[in-house]
Amino acid sequence: MDNYLDKLIFEKSRAGRRAFAQAPAVAAELDIPETFLRSDRPRLPEASELQVVRHFTRLSQKNFSIDTQFYPLGSCTMKYNPRACNSLALLPGFAGRHPLGPASHGQGFLTCMYELQEMLKEVTGMQGVSLTPMAGAQGELTGLAMIMAYHKARGDHERNEIIVPDAAHGTNPATATMLGCVAKEIPTGPDGDVDIEALKAEVSEKTAGIMLTNPSTLGVFERDIIEVDDIVRDAGGLLYYDGANLNAILGKVRPGDMGFDVIHMNLHKTFSTPHGGGGPGSGAVGVAERLMPFMPVPVVGKKEVAGETVYDWLTEKDLPQTIGRLSGFMGNAGVLLRAYVYMRLVGRDGMQRIAEYATLNANYLQARLRDGGFELAFPDRRASHEFIVTLRNEAREYKLTAMDIAKALLDYNFHAPTTYFPLLVPECLLIEPTETESKETLDNFVNAMVDIVKRAREDGESFKEAPFNTPVRRLDDVRAARQLDVRYAPDTADPS
Amino acid sequence: MPFIPHTDDDTREMLESIGAKSIDDLFDEIPAELKIDSLDGIPDAMSEMEITRLMRERAAMDGAPLCFIGAGAYEHHIPQAVWDIATRGEYYSAYTPYQAEASQGTLQTIYEYQSMITELTGLEVSNASLYDGASGLAEAALMAVRSNRKAKSRQVLLTPGVNPTYAKVANAIAGSQGLTFDYLPMDTSTGNLKPGALDDNADPVAVVIQQPTFLGTLEDVDRITDWAHARGAFVIAIANPTSLAVLRAPGHWGEQGADIACGEGQPLGVPVSSGGPYFGYMTCKEKHVRQMPGRIIGRTIDLEGKPGFTLTLQAREQHIRRSKATSNICTNQGLMVTAATIYMSLLGSDGLAAVARHSAGNTARLVAGLTSIDGIERLFDGPAFHEVALKFDRPVVPVLEALAAKDILGGYDLGADFPDLGDALLVCATETKTEADIDVYVEAMREVFA
Repeated sequence: MDNYLDKLIFEKSRAGRRAFAQAPAVAAELDIPETFLRSDRPRLPEASELQVVRHFTRLSQKNFSIDTQFYPLGSCTMKYNPRACNSLALLPGFAGRHPLGPASHGQGFLTCMYELQEMLKEVTGMQGVSLTPMAGAQGELTGLAMIMAYHKARGDHERNEIIVPDAAHGTNPATATMLGCVAKEIPTGPDGDVDIEALKAEVSEKTAGIMLTNPSTLGVFERDIIEVDDIVRDAGGLLYYDGANLNAILGKVRPGDMGFDVIHMNLHKTFSTPHGGGGPGSGAVGVAERLMPFMPVPVVGKKEVAGETVYDWLTEKDLPQTIGRLSGFMGNAGVLLRAYVYMRLVGRDGMQRIAEYATLNANYLQARLRDGGFELAFPDRRASHEFIVTLRNEAREYKLTAMDIAKALLDYNFHAPTTYFPLLVPECLLIEPTETESKETLDNFVNAMVDIVKRAREDGESFKEAPFNTPVRRLDDVRAARQLDVRYAPDTADPS
Repeated sequence: MPFIPHTDDDTREMLESIGAKSIDDLFDEIPAELKIDSLDGIPDAMSEMEITRLMRERAAMDGAPLCFIGAGAYEHHIPQAVWDIATRGEYYSAYTPYQAEASQGTLQTIYEYQSMITELTGLEVSNASLYDGASGLAEAALMAVRSNRKAKSRQVLLTPGVNPTYAKVANAIAGSQGLTFDYLPMDTSTGNLKPGALDDNADPVAVVIQQPTFLGTLEDVDRITDWAHARGAFVIAIANPTSLAVLRAPGHWGEQGADIACGEGQPLGVPVSSGGPYFGYMTCKEKHVRQMPGRIIGRTIDLEGKPGFTLTLQAREQHIRRSKATSNICTNQGLMVTAATIYMSLLGSDGLAAVARHSAGNTARLVAGLTSIDGIERLFDGPAFHEVALKFDRPVVPVLEALAAKDILGGYDLGADFPDLGDALLVCATETKTEADIDVYVEAMREVFA
């Protein structure tokens, strides 16, 4: 029997039904000529308020989330999102503030943004911060655009190569392409550090810069960072810090002190703004002195007027060399407010504890999994806030792949770690527990991992069909791509 | 320790398992000369009670003015259920639905969103959303260049009603790939395209048409669409989604319809919130789907033949294609799209049309009141949706300041973006304004002008 509750909202729709309380009761006649009007009626659902509430509440319950499950997704920093950050960002004065409202009606918001800029400068060791980029990838675009603008402003027009380690996030090379640059991949050495000889061979008068994540996506700190810095700088390139893993080093070491010229921060990772099922992100950028003239606008500035401090936007007029605007207004303002609240709640000492306990949790989980028989990708290294397990032995001996263990974990009520990334470690799981998880949770996770391998020894094939207990089983991705069904239409047959 | 659960015993036991003496030892691979001891510039931690008080004070500083500004962000009533549900932890604290079996809630929601937004725009395929309307135009232009392989040109032409900030953003994002964004000339008596501006020699790769225009007018979209297609150019439509409840959908513009539609999704249940987070929608004809940027959700079946949802056509994206991806975009605005989907479900077609009509009617009422004042008249005569440009007999800035002193945000000053229009103000009154609100504004303006 079809389960009515699982149907699409469109299939629960009945002509003439409406959530009447939601729309204005009186609607004026339109004074617009017929030629501009639509003659068809868009087929949006027609449902009661209860139907809509029940439908989406039930849908939410089909998700794994931080609030309901351990979510050790490497490189994503799935830490607890404090409730206060959300409710305070949605206070009516903030949620209702029009982005083009005057500074006279924005001092509360602008004060928070100015202080956020200052705090982000402090934790990164950079001289300037612009909050406008709307996600990490847009922060990358911003950072590289500033690097390119810097070279061009110096009359250095030939530099168009961006060096990226092979372990880098896919966004790094994709961003280079978006800016009309060429991405040059360099290999990683066996211990997880950048291959210094390869880097030396790659730099040239065409090098615009290097993009580095440190600690890297391999979960280790780049120990040769000072030498990398010297090599790239001697070649005339600039250093870009991908802040994806900033959580690991908060208050311990700062990108600015490591010599980076520009950094983007993923506020939805390090500063605990929500991931929201895939966005909104927020990718504020920090810059060294030499890139400050190129920062994207608007930036929040402070001035004294008649003895009073007034905050206002700095625009193209104040920063004539800016790379420009990246959003319709000033980026994901509400996300920035959440990050601001989080940083104030955590405070100076708490900021360092984030890195300390994220690192403690990762190293503990790494040690426990190693003791439980798992092979570490970099057994001789400290974990940063994340680490990699490779299942190449399990895959060979019991046919238990990284994909299988990821799916099997769902049946144990754990979200899967990141799988098959970075691409250079075979059958890998990238595991990041974050500082907000308790020892008990980590112990339970280890028990689940060990149990899965024990069961795989007996019958490896049994996991090929995992998970068994989720709302759906493994999905036919090939069919999804070949028989493209990306919107409901009344004449589209139910695929089952 | 805020949000850290470890007891001293936990920490000690964990260090023992690791074989480390202290937490500091765990950072021993970082070169000593780079380490710092403290973050002196960060203030002390606040309790939740303290930060709540501080944020309430700050929010109160921004007040609750009567706002008649639109210009790309629109204050609409958001049903209480929308954010009640969207901020449930299961939506709020989930990540990108890479593990489909553990993400059916988010995936089905986005599939339903895709279905709704394609209905509104009259096109066949939608992605899961982009960052916002402005950056969406940059992505749409890049997509047009990839899809329109016959075109050699990299010139994108914009009708004069395209939001000026969108053009700046598109240029900042796509300019380095050689795309140029050039405005077609405006007829300053209508606010629309200048007659005779559609040059037979033009050779753009794409033409961008915004409807309603940034100035609130309605453009002859059919003629421009057909002209663009006759030159082999793509048509990119920008439309306010609320307006699409009543205005002709981009998919039905001209003989063939627009190829891509994009725009700001904020009016669909997202608070104006100082400019974000919003979401950019993007839809297109199905034949161009492989050049579309961003995530796309597809419906398929599972091992047991049961319907389910998954990320599809991922071979376009950066985590697979790296430097050859259609875009570097790695996220959508999932939470905002969740809210928009609930909003559209609650309102339905008739409810959304009621919002559109009520807003247009309120703006007409406001304009009638304001133009009864000596020194204020309509800038353009033609039909408008829910935003209208007014012409003043005096500079706009002092007027807006005098209104702000009365806690009224009177509109958007067009002076910086459109110097040729003289002293001009763009006003908008959505369904959130009552007749009394409108009267308050008109009387305040009368006093300022007296």
